[in-house]
Amino acid sequence: MHGVAIEFDQVARRFGPRWALGGITLSIGAGEGVMLTGPNGSGKSTLLRCLSTALKIHHGEIRVGGQELWANRQTIRPSIGFLSHAGYLYDDLSGADNLRVWAKLGGMTADPHPLLERVGLPPKRLDPVRTYSQGMRRRLALARLMLQKPKIVLLDEPYTALDADGRRLVTDLAREFRESGATLLMATHLVSYASEACDRHIALLDGKLVDDAPVETE
Amino acid sequence: MIRQTWAVLYKELLTELRQPARISGIFFFALALVLLVGVASPSGVVLQKMAGATLWLGLMLASTRALDQSYQVELEHNALEGMVLWPVDPRAVYYGKAVANAVMLLLVCCALTPFVLAMCDAGIAGNKLLFVAFLAAGCSGLAAPGTLFGLITGQARGSSVLLPLLLFPIVVPMLLAAARGTMLVMEGGPSAEMEGPGWLKVLLVFNLLHWSLGGIFYGYIIEDG
Repeated sequence: MHGVAIEFDQVARRFGPRWALGGITLSIGAGEGVMLTGPNGSGKSTLLRCLSTALKIHHGEIRVGGQELWANRQTIRPSIGFLSHAGYLYDDLSGADNLRVWAKLGGMTADPHPLLERVGLPPKRLDPVRTYSQGMRRRLALARLMLQKPKIVLLDEPYTALDADGRRLVTDLAREFRESGATLLMATHLVSYASEACDRHIALLDGKLVDDAPVETE
Repeated sequence: MIRQTWAVLYKELLTELRQPARISGIFFFALALVLLVGVASPSGVVLQKMAGATLWLGLMLASTRALDQSYQVELEHNALEGMVLWPVDPRAVYYGKAVANAVMLLLVCCALTPFVLAMCDAGIAGNKLLFVAFLAAGCSGLAAPGTLFGLITGQARGSSVLLPLLLFPIVVPMLLAAARGTMLVMEGGPSAEMEGPGWLKVLLVFNLLHWSLGGIFYGYIIEDG
């Protein structure tokens, strides 16, 4: 580890009158792999969405690399890759077209075929994403994330809708991200898979941090 | 920002190309509206005089469908949020989408115009270049505020109802200029030569206003959405 990558200082976020995050204080080291667990509605996704800058926090401060996140969001955003529930895909385009579009938007020159192969999707497939299964969409969203080569990787329920091979793929990719020096935050219910890619386990309950411990390896 | 604007435009046009049913649906909707006006017209002479206004009525109502659909594509998998986080400059998102919407409307307009001229038994007696300029400026004048208001209403329930409520009061003055200018050029004669360029200038001023304000406000709305 090389210093602190992310700091949460009394971070709170509400939806209407309900506080989804109730004052989270937390430091995450550069290159660390953190698994976020907790029951539905405990604030895992909200925490990741606040860190991705998809949501603005209502109290406290988030710092990334020592810089206040929201004020510097335009410069910090390229370094944060977020696999959200939505997937950020275009239904009318094929998988390769989707990756081409995102590459163009990011000013990257990337061949989508190796990425599609890496996530187990047929690279020559021309039919639109609308015809894909949920699991295939998840794989395509992972390929989109790989395109970005982020320094901070946020995975929100990455194992959802995936078969056993897909779950293995997610764990392998999470490890690869970490081996390349990226910091990883993964919200999941599947502790057994996630623990292979993470070294720290944080549990949330009702928007509050209730446990912070190293991942137990067998 | 220019590179990203091109990328957004490329994405928009590619999406339309892959789903041609969308633009043809908008065209047939506009055609149905125009035909209704034709059937309801009391006489051929009146209809001939109304040709320009009929064209813009069809386009204005069809544009709400086009603009609404432009955001449905973004919201299916929250791709608009993905663009903000990627990050794509909000102005690039706005100008890319607005230019694509203007192109779509212009295509519909080009396909619709011959039908309107035939139905109304009208021609273009005045300057044809000026006629094309009115169509282009009118379509771009519809697309610019429509892209901004489409963002505001797109995430709301009942967006297809909300969009016309917000958009029409803003675009009606601009469309009056477009309809008046188009009718003058269709009729031809000295009044078209004298008044036509003036109406085009009015249209261009509206365009300048809408395109500038759209670029300024889009960023605030997209970040707070």
